[in-house]
Order: sequence, then C-alpha cells, then structure tokens
Amino acid sequence: MSTSTGSAWINGPSSRMTKYNFLSRINWGRLAVVAVPALWLAIFFFIPFLVVFKISLSETAIAIPPYTSIVEWDLEEAYLALKLNLGNYLFLIEDAFYLDAYLSSIKIAAISTFFTLLVAFPIAYMIARSEGGKRALLLALVILPFWTSFLLRVYAWMGFLKKNGIVNEFLLSIGLIDQPLVMLQTDFAVYLGIVYTYLPFMVLPLYSALEKMDMTLLEAAEDLGARPVTSFFLVTLPMAIPGVIAGCLLVFIPAVGEFVIPALLGGSDTLMIGRVLWDEFFLNRDWPMASAVAIVMLVVLVLPIMLIRNGQGKEEA
Amino acid sequence: MKRRSLFLNFSAGFGFLFLYAPIIALIVYSFNKSKLVTVWGGWSLKWYGELFRNEQIIDAALLSLKIAFISATAAVVLGTMAGFVLSRFGPFRGKMILSGWITAPLVMPEVITGLSLLLLFVAMEGLFGWPSGRGTGTIIIAHVTFCMAYVAVIVQSRLASMDETLEEAAMDLGAKPSSLFFLVTLPLIAPAIISGWLLSFTLSLDDLVIASFVSGPGNSTLPMVIFSKVRLGVTPEVNALATIMIAIVALGVIAAMFQMRRQARLLAKPE
Repeated sequence: MSTSTGSAWINGPSSRMTKYNFLSRINWGRLAVVAVPALWLAIFFFIPFLVVFKISLSETAIAIPPYTSIVEWDLEEAYLALKLNLGNYLFLIEDAFYLDAYLSSIKIAAISTFFTLLVAFPIAYMIARSEGGKRALLLALVILPFWTSFLLRVYAWMGFLKKNGIVNEFLLSIGLIDQPLVMLQTDFAVYLGIVYTYLPFMVLPLYSALEKMDMTLLEAAEDLGARPVTSFFLVTLPMAIPGVIAGCLLVFIPAVGEFVIPALLGGSDTLMIGRVLWDEFFLNRDWPMASAVAIVMLVVLVLPIMLIRNGQGKEEA
Repeated sequence: MKRRSLFLNFSAGFGFLFLYAPIIALIVYSFNKSKLVTVWGGWSLKWYGELFRNEQIIDAALLSLKIAFISATAAVVLGTMAGFVLSRFGPFRGKMILSGWITAPLVMPEVITGLSLLLLFVAMEGLFGWPSGRGTGTIIIAHVTFCMAYVAVIVQSRLASMDETLEEAAMDLGAKPSSLFFLVTLPLIAPAIISGWLLSFTLSLDDLVIASFVSGPGNSTLPMVIFSKVRLGVTPEVNALATIMIAIVALGVIAAMFQMRRQARLLAKPE
C-alpha cells in the first residue's frame, strides 16, 4: 500500500509536468497555419452538407426560407420535438423520373469519359514523345482553351451543330447529305460537349504518366519481336494506368453533375441529375427536394469515388 | 514503326483540330456583318461596337473582374497555407484527413457545392443575421472555397519537387519560422503562387453554376448574363466578347511562355 501511494506521489507531478510540456510544445504559429484553412473549409465546405442534409428532412413551405423547421420546442412547457420528414427520399425512390435521371447521368458521364480518353490519349502520347520546345508549345496549345471561358466554348459548339450551322452547311454544300442533320439538342451534342470541354483534364494526367515512361522498354519489346500494337497494349498502356485513372475521375465526377452542357446542347429529353437539381431548386422552388437529390447524389455517386481516390493516394504515399 | 507514327500524328492532329475549330469559327464570325450567325455578310466590327454599348454586359464584366480579383487573392493566401502545411509539416495526426478535405472541393459537382453554400448562407442569416442577403460577398466566399483547393494542390506539388536544403540552411543560420517562410520559401514558390492566382482568377471569372446559386438580385456576373443571352437566342455580340477574352488569354499565355523561356535561359547561364 505504501508503495502504491509512493508511486502515485512520484507519478503525480511528473504527469503534470508532461502535460505542461505538451502545452508549451504546441507551436501556436504552426497551429494557426493549420487551423485557418481547415476552419475555412469546415465552415464553408463541410458544415453546408449538414445543412443540406437537415433541409432534405424538412417539408416545403410557403415561407422565407421555403422549408419548415425540423425542431419544435417550447421552453415553458419543456417540450422538444424532432420532426424528420422522410417524404423527400421516399419520393425519390417512388418516382421513376429521379432514378432515370441518376442512371442517365451515369451513362452519359461514362460514355463521354470513354471518348475523352480516346481523343486525349494520342494527344498526350504525342506531347510526351516530342522534344523540348515543341513539347512546351503543344502543352500550351492543350491548356490554352482551358483558360478561355467554359461557357463560351460550349456556346461555340451551338454555332457548329445547329440546323443551319457550320457543319450542316458544309455537309450540304459538298452533297454528302441532302437534309440537315439534327445534332443540337440531342444526347450526341451533350457527349460532344463534355468530351470537348473536359479534354485538358484528361490530357494532362495522361501526359504526366506517359512522360515518366522509360522509352527503352518499348525498344526492348520491339527487340523481343513485339508488334507495335502488342507493345502498346502490353507496355505503354499498363504504364499509363495511373494517368488513365486520374484523368477518368477528373472527367467523370464533374460530368455526372454537369448542368451547363445539357442545358445548352441537350434536348428537353436529355435527363441529367445536375439539371434536375437545378430545376427543382430554381423552377419548382422545392428546396427540401433539391437537397434530397443532392444528398443522394453525394452519397451514391461522389463519396465512393472520392474514397477510392483517397485510398489510391494513400497507397502511392 | 513509321506507319504507327503516321497514325499517331493523324489522331493527335485530329485532336488539336477538334480543340480549335469551334474557337476559330467563333472568332471569324465575330467579324461577320450579318445578324444571322451562319450567313456571311462580309467583314465588320459592328458587333464590337454593339458590345461596348451594352451596359448590362459592361457592368457584369466589371463585377466579375472585381470578384475574381478579390477571390483569387484570398484563395492564394489560404491555399498557400494549406499547401505548405501538407508538404512541410511532416507527418502529423489527421494529415490524411486534412489532405482529403483540401482536395474534396476539386471533385465536388458544382450544383452540390452551390446549393449547399446557399443553404448555409440562408441558415446563417436566420441564426446570426449574417450575411444579410446575398451578393458580391457571398459569391467571393464561394469562389475562395473552391479556388483555394487548386492553389493548395499547385503549391504543394511545387514544394514537394523543391529541395529542402535551402530552408534547412536558413534554419541552421537561426532564421525564425516566419522569416524563413517569407525570405526563403515564399520567393522559391512564387511561380506556383502566380499560376495559382491566375488559375483562380480564370476559374472565378468563368463560374456560372455556383455564382447563380449564391448571388442575389442585381448581382449578375458576366457568365450569368452570357448564359441568359445564349439561352434566349442569337446574340452576335457574344461572339465579339468571346474573341476579346480569347485574345487576352492567348496574349497572357504567350507572354508567360516567353517569360519562362527567359528565366530558363538565365538559370542555365552560370553552368
């Protein structure tokens, strides 16, 4: 017993000592540098999702703001009630329209991502294979459109694709078609728009993966008798995989939620979830429903992909 | 080997044609005399005149420039801090989470970011009375939030590829952390900060979706005005506006390339 009190007496001050040391070891300047950006993101990026989640559980009301409170309380009667409305989520499941919109967004984003990859690969490969000055020039040529307005680039395609647009006029004049093709306001135009505007996002990661590639590997493959096609699929493509994955994610995720491209190039039957959310919010003024659409999109589409991406980052590190 | 490179050149050439054809058409048609976008009525600067007489567009452009300038500057400060923490603070608890946090805005669909920020602002207004209404201030906050992620990534990768010995030497000579940062690290990462600022500036100038959610009445940015004009129909002055913007960007990129080449030559000289 005496030993236990003795050790407690000895341990007591020393543990206080470490606590004191720990406090003095906190580097306040360092902490501030971490805390300022972290706090900013917490307030303006993460708490908003909690607010969206909360509002998705409330009901639409004709009020400002146009939703009901989910908490009812009365201090005098010591009454507190939480009223969660799952109706918005049930409606999402019941009405096939929303499910169709989610599926069709995924389909459009996946197909466009694939074609973006097809167009971007030769460009990235060619840049990675060219010499210094030419390489810088080609890279600048890929990045240049990216610096110009996204909206105006989509608008430029409207002039190309419409009924009396440049493509149709050209095809009619050379006699390839005798009726103008309907291209604007179709899914085809949406695919084209996504491939076009997101191309730099695919080229750059592909380029940085291909640039690291050791050319002697291709020579070795050739010496061993591999045909160009074989060595492409067995050597070049596997080496480019990290770039392919990074590029596909950079194109796919924003494409799923795309609003501008389907609104300008797509038809009334082009169904994309970003546009549904927009209409739910701005046209129907149904804030709780728009919130529910956003939450489901976040949980089902975005979160899994972000977790996979983060997991890959961990592996690389 | 030769045939493959022919195929490669052809497909890459197709890619570049694909990238530039619509832009070139836009520029050419901005000089079109005819009101119909597709009918060629001869060369004219008519639409440029129309553009400069359109007060709605001029006001929106000025507002957008102001927002982009403030947002880019604030995003550079916050993003540099975040990038610095990620690459120079060594391993610490929660670093994985922090790096996930910082890059999350990069992949978030814009409609979700816009909606969630607006709902936050509305809830905050209900709780604290701030921000009262939405306008320039809320657009700036929204733009800073997504731009700082881009700055953080650029600064972090610049720091990661940079030799730490200079910073260590300064520390050995007794530099305090703050003077170390401002006298040694900051000048070294200046190119990354400049490109982060430029990227943030263009991203802010370009943003339609998020700004539409968080702006109030009477605070229409340039993309919002262009979007409503484009939706309404034929607007040849938008072609003129696009041409001016493309010209400014192209000049900027060319100037940056020359500057980079000059710097590379200067650095190469001593060796």
